[in-house]
Amino acid sequence: MLLNIKNLHVSINNKEIIKGLNLGINYGEVHAIMGPNGTGKSTLAAAISGKPGYEVTKGEIVYKGINILGMSPEEISWEGIFLGFQYPVEIPGVSITNFLRAALNEHREHQGLKPLTGSEFLSKLNEKKKLVEIQSKLTNRSVNEGFSGGEKKKNEIFQMAMLDPTLSILDETDSGLDIDALRIVANGVNTLRSEVNAFLLITHYQRLLDYIIPDFVHVLYDGKIVKSGGKELALFLEKKGYNWIKEELID
Amino acid sequence: MLNYYIVDMEKKFLKLNDKFNKQTSLFNDLINLFEENKNQIFKNDTKKISEVRKQALEKFSKSELPTLKHEKWRDTDLSKTLSKNYKYYFDAEENNSEIGKTFKCVVPQLDSLSFTFVNGWNTFESELITLEDGIIIGSFSDAMKKFPEIVEQHFAKTFQPEKDFFSLLNTSYAQDGFFIYVPDNVNSQKSIQIVNIINNDENIFLQPRNLVIIGKNSKLSLIHCHDSVNQKNSFTNSVTEIFLNENSNIDYYKLQNLNNQSTLLNHTNFYQNTNSNISSNSISLNGGLIRNETCVEIEGEGCAANVYGLFLMDDKQHIDNHIFIDHKKSNCVSNELFKGILDDNASAVFNGHVLVRQDSQKTEAFQSNKNILLTDTAKINTKPFLEIYADDVKCSHGATVGQLDNEALFYLRSRGISENNARMLLMYAFAAEVINKISIEPLKNRIDDMVKKRLRGELSVCDQCVLHCGTPEKEIDFEIDLSKI
Ligand SMILES: Nc1ncnc2c1ncn2[C@@H]1O[C@H](COP(=O)(O)OP(=O)(O)OP(=O)(O)O)[C@@H](O)[C@H]1O
Ligand SMILES: [Mg+2]
Repeated sequence: MLLNIKNLHVSINNKEIIKGLNLGINYGEVHAIMGPNGTGKSTLAAAISGKPGYEVTKGEIVYKGINILGMSPEEISWEGIFLGFQYPVEIPGVSITNFLRAALNEHREHQGLKPLTGSEFLSKLNEKKKLVEIQSKLTNRSVNEGFSGGEKKKNEIFQMAMLDPTLSILDETDSGLDIDALRIVANGVNTLRSEVNAFLLITHYQRLLDYIIPDFVHVLYDGKIVKSGGKELALFLEKKGYNWIKEELID
Repeated sequence: MLNYYIVDMEKKFLKLNDKFNKQTSLFNDLINLFEENKNQIFKNDTKKISEVRKQALEKFSKSELPTLKHEKWRDTDLSKTLSKNYKYYFDAEENNSEIGKTFKCVVPQLDSLSFTFVNGWNTFESELITLEDGIIIGSFSDAMKKFPEIVEQHFAKTFQPEKDFFSLLNTSYAQDGFFIYVPDNVNSQKSIQIVNIINNDENIFLQPRNLVIIGKNSKLSLIHCHDSVNQKNSFTNSVTEIFLNENSNIDYYKLQNLNNQSTLLNHTNFYQNTNSNISSNSISLNGGLIRNETCVEIEGEGCAANVYGLFLMDDKQHIDNHIFIDHKKSNCVSNELFKGILDDNASAVFNGHVLVRQDSQKTEAFQSNKNILLTDTAKINTKPFLEIYADDVKCSHGATVGQLDNEALFYLRSRGISENNARMLLMYAFAAEVINKISIEPLKNRIDDMVKKRLRGELSVCDQCVLHCGTPEKEIDFEIDLSKI
């Protein structure tokens, strides 16, 4: 198993948000997590990525056989976990090119590889830019600064493509995308999808799952996964909403 | 034999605090010191210059030593630095001039000419030199001898605050410094670099005096560096006067990289005639206590004054940038941008005062000061201030104080950029706005590199050189023992 989350409890500022969550992801799989607003989806993503301030009070996150709790965000990234942010951060003054080069070279250093030369880096950059049909001039700009909502999301997929992760967690990457952009983003994921990696998609819309067919769909509610199923579960949620789950839980 | 006095600031200062009386012994001692060494100080003076000095001393004797009680000094405490003992030299130190010959500050790819001062005294072999394009450059003392009229016309002719203790002290005492005269219609591609090195065996007090005159339609780029090569105490009280004639331009860079025991009071006074442009950029990387007092008098229409600054301070370092821009004429633009990063217990002051006089219509004046505090104990006092009497103007001012953005930090780290590098990237991005104002490409690259090194905490390795040359043509051979650094 690539990722095995066991009885995870996560608190922020002493407030428990994730309350005993279990999730297993194998190589080659695509999982989707759905659920009402504020139930802890982004919190789960951040906790897996090692975000400071997210205190794991119980449980473990085992990735490639190692417990990654306590590892720094950069170490987790080097191990091959990528987080596509729900709200990508604007970083004025840091160009995407410089930022990605720094990131890529730290990954390579960790793998015992030499840093990429300028031209190697550029050809990789151009190749991946095509994948997400990103405009050339965008990469010369500061990270996410003044980007439209859709551009920010595309930029996340672009970075994912550059870093070639084993486990990609995409937090609402489909929100705010127009139909064409959605297709491009899905296309990017489908191209990268293989037997040696896996995806965890956090989404509110089953529409994304028309483009990226998931192997499993989970419902996260009040800090726990309360329901799991195949892609038909997403269709069902689309029609019925979440109320029936709440009722079912009360029963 | 060296001719020096010990100015015992300690006792005098304490006494001063006791009584807080103008006529304390510090003044008397300084005045006596002046009287006793008059011949030496006046050695190269013309009559008129001596007259100006005497008047300055007269005013000085009525001024007050700045303390926290003075409005302009309320956030910069001199009591500690003034409580040390300093030696005052009235003659060049022969034994130290060697370092001036061996010290090489080469900015790669920069077409520049470098002049070195050690402990305030010039180390040039020749007297004033005239460059191909007619620029005359050399020591202030030589200029008084060779071009008395020019010096008399300009010496102490920029804004001279009536009661300013330190600038008056400099005017009355100063003996050496640099002199640059750019004739009309000279557009030099060369940069002139002035390096002030402090290399002292004992604590010293020094007072450089610099004069720059730029003729009509001419342009000068000047790099003015302050650096120390060891860890002794020093107190530099420097005054630089810069005159811009019609349609002239200056690109002026100050680079400050001094040890934590040093105090640098740096007065820079600009006088702008019609259609002249200033771009001044002070990069303060290190120093115990630095105060940059920049004054711009806009005396003609169509002028632009761009005053920028970047300061990166840590430990207990203190930096104070006081800027005064006096819009005396209409249709001029001034623009201030100062950015600072403060770590540990460092403290900073920004005080920008723009005065737009009643008849100075169509003035545009912008002020901005942005700061990042890396610790809870770092401190900034910022006061952008617009004083406007004209009605048809466009002015704005603003200041921000913040921390590194934690969300941005996590974003970078989640991509595999380790924490230190991520912090460094964010700090650098913050600083880059000022660095990008540097219009001379090789210098920009050099400063860019220095700032990066400073942010990585690597500077101490190369402390012996202001521009700590990464690739000097040949190894720098110091006669002085640097192992103690
Ligand atoms: N830094 C924080 N401090 C306090 N509470 C927080 C913090 N971050 C998140 N929370 C709370 O944790 C809960 C879960 O938030 P989270 O962002 O994980 O929800 P989500 O499932 O991703 O919601 P959405 O679908 O709206 O994105 C919310 O109630 C939120 O207010
Ligand atoms: Mg969320």
